[in-house]
Amino acid sequence: MIRISEADFAALRAHGEETYPHECCGVLLGKNQPGVGNHVHLIVPAGNTRTDSAHNRYNIAPQELVRIQRQARGLGFDIVGFYHSHPDHPAQWSQTDFAEAHWMGCSYLITSVEKGKAVTTNSFLLTGTSEEDKAFQNEQVEVESPAVEVAMNERGEA
Amino acid sequence: MKIHIPTPLRTYTGGKETVEVAGATVATTLEQLALDFPALRNHLFTPEGKLRSFVNVYLNDDDVRYLPSKEETVAGANDELTIIPSIAGGCCCL
Repeated sequence: MIRISEADFAALRAHGEETYPHECCGVLLGKNQPGVGNHVHLIVPAGNTRTDSAHNRYNIAPQELVRIQRQARGLGFDIVGFYHSHPDHPAQWSQTDFAEAHWMGCSYLITSVEKGKAVTTNSFLLTGTSEEDKAFQNEQVEVESPAVEVAMNERGEA
Repeated sequence: MKIHIPTPLRTYTGGKETVEVAGATVATTLEQLALDFPALRNHLFTPEGKLRSFVNVYLNDDDVRYLPSKEETVAGANDELTIIPSIAGGCCCL
């Protein structure tokens, strides 16, 4: 399961609408809670360097990833996942998504954007220990309302 | 020097996000890293000993692949290495 605030969830879906008909992409910062899953505390929109084929490809520049990882370290967070959009295609991982996925233990959120409108957002956890045994596993997305977040913060569960 | 480890590889560094490793060049530092944390080797290098194509290594703010001496670039104790696997994909075949 991946937990994300309502505001961050809405923001990453809106990002897909903004860049339509091109793919958007970004990084999810937060913490992994063993036995529970990834908990997103901050999303960081990134640029898509695949300007040659931005309607069906995305790539985050390594330099930008280094900067985001540094930002995460400064905030006490980890990179726990990534998001991107599929313009006019289902919110399911593709063979390209799978081949290019190397962050085991991280969540890959995909939003389908149909005719400019975000429709479905699914999450896939990259499991396995190596390139040879990696696999995408469907994972539940729990969108937290502000009231739930406050309650969890007060209980020290965030 | 300090080496920053990305989330998925921290399993092999005992959970540490930053490790200290000695080395005179980027290549010798990475080799020492693989000696200090043997389970990392397969994730960083191909069986032929080349850095895996999706593993980016930055010396401070520079991609090592684009430095004139690449992995043979001299690195000092105050430099920092960052290992960052690539992130890419797309919705369908071309």
